[in-house]
Amino acid sequence: MKDYGIFDILGPVMIGPSSSHTAGATRLGKMAREIADNTFYKVTFYLHGSFAKTYKGHGTDRALVAGILGMEPSDERIRDSLNIAKEKGIQIEFIEKDLGYEHPNTVKIVFSYYDKEDYYIVGSSIGGGNILITDVNGNKVEFSGNYPTILIRYIDQKGSISRISSILAKEDINIATMKVSREGKIATMIMEIDNPIKDNIINNIANLDEIIYITGINPIGR
Amino acid sequence: MFNKGSELLNLCKTRNKKIWEIVVEKEIDNAQISYEELMNNMNSVLDTMINSANAALDKGVISISGLSGGDAKKMEDYKNKGNTISGQLINSAMAKALSTSEVNASMGKIVAAPTAGASGILPSAIISVKEKFNLSHEDMIHGLFTAAGIGEIIAKNATISGAEGGCQAECGTASSMAAAAIVEMLGGSVEASFNGASFALLNIMGLICDPIAGLVEFPCALRNASGVVNAMISADLALAGIDSIVPFDEVVDAMYKVGKSMPESLRETALGGIAATPTGEKLKRRIL
Repeated sequence: MKDYGIFDILGPVMIGPSSSHTAGATRLGKMAREIADNTFYKVTFYLHGSFAKTYKGHGTDRALVAGILGMEPSDERIRDSLNIAKEKGIQIEFIEKDLGYEHPNTVKIVFSYYDKEDYYIVGSSIGGGNILITDVNGNKVEFSGNYPTILIRYIDQKGSISRISSILAKEDINIATMKVSREGKIATMIMEIDNPIKDNIINNIANLDEIIYITGINPIGR
Repeated sequence: MFNKGSELLNLCKTRNKKIWEIVVEKEIDNAQISYEELMNNMNSVLDTMINSANAALDKGVISISGLSGGDAKKMEDYKNKGNTISGQLINSAMAKALSTSEVNASMGKIVAAPTAGASGILPSAIISVKEKFNLSHEDMIHGLFTAAGIGEIIAKNATISGAEGGCQAECGTASSMAAAAIVEMLGGSVEASFNGASFALLNIMGLICDPIAGLVEFPCALRNASGVVNAMISADLALAGIDSIVPFDEVVDAMYKVGKSMPESLRETALGGIAATPTGEKLKRRIL
């Protein structure tokens, strides 16, 4: 039996009309922005399933754009986000597409940059404002963004996990969950930790020889 | 601390406490937050509720899809003319419930209570009762804690999702929470709160979820208006001393089983009921 807190029942305080189509969509957009570099000039949203069919009526388009602009799910400017993006000179495009993913409320968010290649994030809004990120630029992942999360890609070699976890231990940080997958020589690690992520932790891990890529994502409010 | 209504009732009786007091104690214990923090959080919930319940009364608020809106203002204007069938209190409560629903559909700020689709019922209930009986801000806060306790039990033992249990799980739960809150705000016994919660659920047992085009608008807003009235009459039944012959926990179980046996077309898929009428289908094609 799942336990509930008071504010699971009286909450979230949110922008309507639907926790999965607006609150969840805003969190997906914001999470994508947290993961990607935010110097993008254009964002393309590929909408799948129910997102594709109902995004206009539910305002999912405005919620997603609000998220990539950095707004929280309770921000009353969400309904004006399309205009705000235009004022900021950010190009926005929505494309309905079958992504082949199972969850009906799934979106692929592609960021475009002037000075480098596109970068994308895939995630689903799974109900009650909860989200699940499933792909970060080709890395298959699975995390909710409810906890501070560290995403690392590295060249797999003996002792990598221990080197990474000892850096965290030295900073007195507890690892809540850890998932490692490997394709060829490249490993992807997703860690959820109990404390907020600080820059020095990310820098210390990034200094290890085998690290290709690392990013830290602090949780997003509901 | 409690999972069932009977457990919460026992805790209240053996320790001579109100529902809200037990709920507060449990939350402080579970969430590891201070009493002040908890009250601050609940105050901000109440602030949002008061805003959404009033925002659409004096100006028409239209939904993002363009399907609905402006009805809260119509209801409020009608009430203000006086001499209506169901009277000032009921009409005012209906207008407030419609207001929150319309704010929700226009991408305004609301509190999911327990869901966005049913968010109009509880705010309207506690504000209307506060106004009629000249109660305090604190009384409303206590009502919200009581409501949260009832909602938690239903969420744990049944469902509060329309996709899983139909509208009875969303608006039914909200009415049930609101009925218990009203009883406690008006000084009723703990048993009476549970009776009120039971009446509200069984009054609308079997209500399906059939929103046009899948949007939280029609008939959702109307069911928020009838939901708050359901809460008020259920509270009156309980305060009159009428007993629910079937206890609350069994009513909750029954609601869950009814939800489970509903065909999927009647659970938020917009494939049955009002959504599947020729007009519902036509509007869906126009909007989506």
